[in-house]
Amino acid sequence: METGMAWESFAGGRWQSETDVRDFIVKNLTPHDGDETFLAPVTDRTAQLWAQCAVLLDRELAGGGVLDIDTETISGINSHPAGYIDKSLETVVGLQTDAPLKRAVNPFGGIRLAVQAAHAYGKEIPAEITDLFTRLRRTHNDGVFSAYTQDMKRARKSGVITGLPDAYGRGRIIGDYRRVALYGTEKLIAAKQTDLDVMLDRDMDDETIRLREEVSDQIQALHDLEELGKTYGFNLKKPAADAAEAVQWIYLSFLGSVQETNGAANSIGRISTFLDIYLERDLKSGRLSETEAQELIDQLIIKLRLIRHLRTPDYNDLFAGDPLWITESLGGMAQDGRHMVTRTTYRFLHTLDHLGPSAEPNLTVLWSTRLPEAFKRYCAKVSMATSTIQYENDDVMRPDYGDDYGISCCVSAMRIGKDMQFFGARCNLPKLLLLALNGGRDELTGEQIAPESEPYADEYLDAEKVLKRFLALQKWMARLYVNTMNTIHHMHDKYACERLMMALHDTDVHRFMAFGIAGLSVVADSFSAMRHTYVRCVRDGGGLITDFEILGEFPKFGNDDDRVDLPAAELVRGFISELRKSPAYRSAEHTLSILTITSNVVYGKKTGATPDGRKKGEPFAPGANPMHGRDMMGALATLNSLAKLPFASCRDGISLTLSLMPNALGTEERFRLRNFGALLDGYFLQGGHHVNINVLDRATLQDAMAHPEKHPQLTIRVSGYAVLFNRLTSAQQQEVISRTFHAAM
Amino acid sequence: MTGRIHSLESFGTADGPGIRFVVFLQGCRWRCRYCHNPDTWALQGGKEMEVDALFGTLLRYRSWFDASGGGVTVSGGEPLLQAAFVTELFGRLKHAGIHTALDTNGDWPEESDGGRKLEALLSVTDLVLLDIKHPDSEAHLALTGAEAASTLHFLDCLRQRSLPTWLRYVVVPGLTDSPPAIASIRRLKDTHPNVTGIQWLPYHRMGIFKWHEAGIPYTLEEVPAADAAFMDRLRDNSAEDSR
Ligand code: SF4
Repeated sequence: METGMAWESFAGGRWQSETDVRDFIVKNLTPHDGDETFLAPVTDRTAQLWAQCAVLLDRELAGGGVLDIDTETISGINSHPAGYIDKSLETVVGLQTDAPLKRAVNPFGGIRLAVQAAHAYGKEIPAEITDLFTRLRRTHNDGVFSAYTQDMKRARKSGVITGLPDAYGRGRIIGDYRRVALYGTEKLIAAKQTDLDVMLDRDMDDETIRLREEVSDQIQALHDLEELGKTYGFNLKKPAADAAEAVQWIYLSFLGSVQETNGAANSIGRISTFLDIYLERDLKSGRLSETEAQELIDQLIIKLRLIRHLRTPDYNDLFAGDPLWITESLGGMAQDGRHMVTRTTYRFLHTLDHLGPSAEPNLTVLWSTRLPEAFKRYCAKVSMATSTIQYENDDVMRPDYGDDYGISCCVSAMRIGKDMQFFGARCNLPKLLLLALNGGRDELTGEQIAPESEPYADEYLDAEKVLKRFLALQKWMARLYVNTMNTIHHMHDKYACERLMMALHDTDVHRFMAFGIAGLSVVADSFSAMRHTYVRCVRDGGGLITDFEILGEFPKFGNDDDRVDLPAAELVRGFISELRKSPAYRSAEHTLSILTITSNVVYGKKTGATPDGRKKGEPFAPGANPMHGRDMMGALATLNSLAKLPFASCRDGISLTLSLMPNALGTEERFRLRNFGALLDGYFLQGGHHVNINVLDRATLQDAMAHPEKHPQLTIRVSGYAVLFNRLTSAQQQEVISRTFHAAM
Repeated sequence: MTGRIHSLESFGTADGPGIRFVVFLQGCRWRCRYCHNPDTWALQGGKEMEVDALFGTLLRYRSWFDASGGGVTVSGGEPLLQAAFVTELFGRLKHAGIHTALDTNGDWPEESDGGRKLEALLSVTDLVLLDIKHPDSEAHLALTGAEAASTLHFLDCLRQRSLPTWLRYVVVPGLTDSPPAIASIRRLKDTHPNVTGIQWLPYHRMGIFKWHEAGIPYTLEEVPAADAAFMDRLRDNSAEDSR
């Protein structure tokens, strides 16, 4: 093995003879039980560099959200010449194009959207490129639409399934970028070549032919990555020799990947614990000081904060704030009982002090009740100051995913380098309920969306009758939904494959197909209203049910009331078991999430009044949250309701967003720090999965809405990710402000 | 056995140590001029709830009590008016190993049982949060419509039992914040070894809308909220985490 000094003083193991990053981490991990007092201040260099970026970010925001676009070059690994912010200040280098925040055009997902997006910001894509991607090279988008059935198109148009990744990159795939640092591309290429020559030398069925072609492409992508390294003066063929190189190797691999695809969510994985091993080695040998170690992490984070994709403005209505979901998973427990909080876990969180709060990267703490108390307190401090961390229950995920998984996007767990997922958008559950009442017609347009059936005829809604209709239509929906996703991912693999990301996976990768539902609490409350009170249908001239009158009180989701919580859990179980009846593309395993991000506002807009009393067009609650203002018993009751939703049926995640006034956590700082950790410990002991915590008051948000210039970095957590408040649409801002804030009495 | 419940708050952090589930009971005989919850006054209002059902609900929050060193606080209204219910509930909680706190003004109804019922309640109470409205009896009467003596008598019972107690005192500018009044409260702590802390609570105006809603004239319209800096100075002596 030719590794030079790269592996010197690392504890050896299986990782030396085969690709096994987890083994490397477990053998070399140094858990940090102490607190944050070792952390170093920001360097002048980083501060100056970030100040320059801040100017550019201001200009970007002032210019309508886009600073510049390179329309001449098709984005790909190493498609652009080297770019710098200010070379003399950068200790980590590499940009998507030749200048910071200049966006690249990536037409592989769809040329139409690329053209529209450029046009919206005053740029035109040259005719040669549009011609190339219309006449000579098919895009994913064209592929999908050539195969969509009429049913699929109707469902898509009405919004009963929505957010479909059929016009841009699907995202959600996490390359194991650490592999490049640990092994270098040369060794990775050799391993892929062996896969081709040994594992995949077999009967040439469809899957084998497809996979052989893909692996050949992956090898090419690794060569392309080597070229990207050369552009910046690095030899990625070899393993990283020190911490600085490890950071650089990982970053360039990630950069190449996002040059190649413009996927909606591209997590970076779980790099902090890995990098810690390199940083510790260099610190020990005196090659690096703590200040330099922090500088490397700060500069890496700056780079991640500057990554951009070209999107149309209406994408923003769905997913506000130009999100990339560059999720980094921090902490968690090792299978052997040690915790995986390292000094570098602290260094990552410490970037928030140096660079201020930010939506990216999407910092995610894999929380276990067994994490060290000092770390829990530090998380509390950072969360209370910045509202930028999300927390996910390592204790419920570890049994399924082991100790080397990462969170993709917001809540989706995957074993790094071993699992990939086909992102499955969302089904609008309240709309499905309304279709079931209206004989398959859209409640807003009257158009026939689902197969025609007898509309619900009685004046009052009978829960059991309605449920029967709902379940019948759900069968149709689930089948259509799976088939739609199959179509999308078939075409995406064919026309917009993420070669580099997949090169950083095992060849015999396990695949998930990650479906989603929106509006769970609306549907749960609707059935509860039907069961516990009288719901009268209001019909328009054409007999369409367009509104409801509710007479009396009924139990509402979010109050720890089994009468509504258990049926909600049943809805979720029912939905995933219907999905499982239709086979998923490439034998993917079906999973489900309850997550909306900010799209709950748009889903609500596209949905008529519902039997729970929600008016036409009103937003849904985000993720699995109770509907705004219906949670009457305080935060823990809401957490208890959520904890009843079965993770086994929702392995792609159950998202909750909690907004707390600072005083709700306690009367004094020391109590607030303790109660914050206890809040999470308690929820996760109950089996809860995910929580975003915002610690701020409504007045701050209202002020930020009125005077955005006064709160340039105000960041809040919405379902599954953080976003700059200023970058929400005003409808989204209103929705956030109308959420329940838990205050001290 | 049933109790009259005004409301339930699952995430309380101000009424006792750690994370508390706070049960607000219905009914109060006093009429404090600054009361934040006039909707708890009516003795016959609220929702009736079986002690079994309530206990079952509270058990669901155990993981937070354990994680934070918290427990259940019964508040009101005035919980002593439903002492039998509270005794029953606290008895079960104690048995289950859950910390119990009683937030009361000390308005113990006259009983001719030689203190048996009070004894029963206090034997299952881990902590008392005793609201002192005003140390001066005349001012107390003017502020609450009730005698200060009952609170002080209750405090003596707590001292006799050595029951850990926090005093709570609402600081109302111009009404309860005179230096002699503050000094008297501090003295109460010094003369009662069972008193482990004083919680100085700032008068705030966020409950006024409830008075307006109920059509009851609010007599402190002109009184401003307590000054934050003044509160900080008072709090220097706090010992809330004394459990
Ligand atoms: S004792 Fe409490 S509930 Fe009763 S009036 Fe006074 S403040 Fe209100």
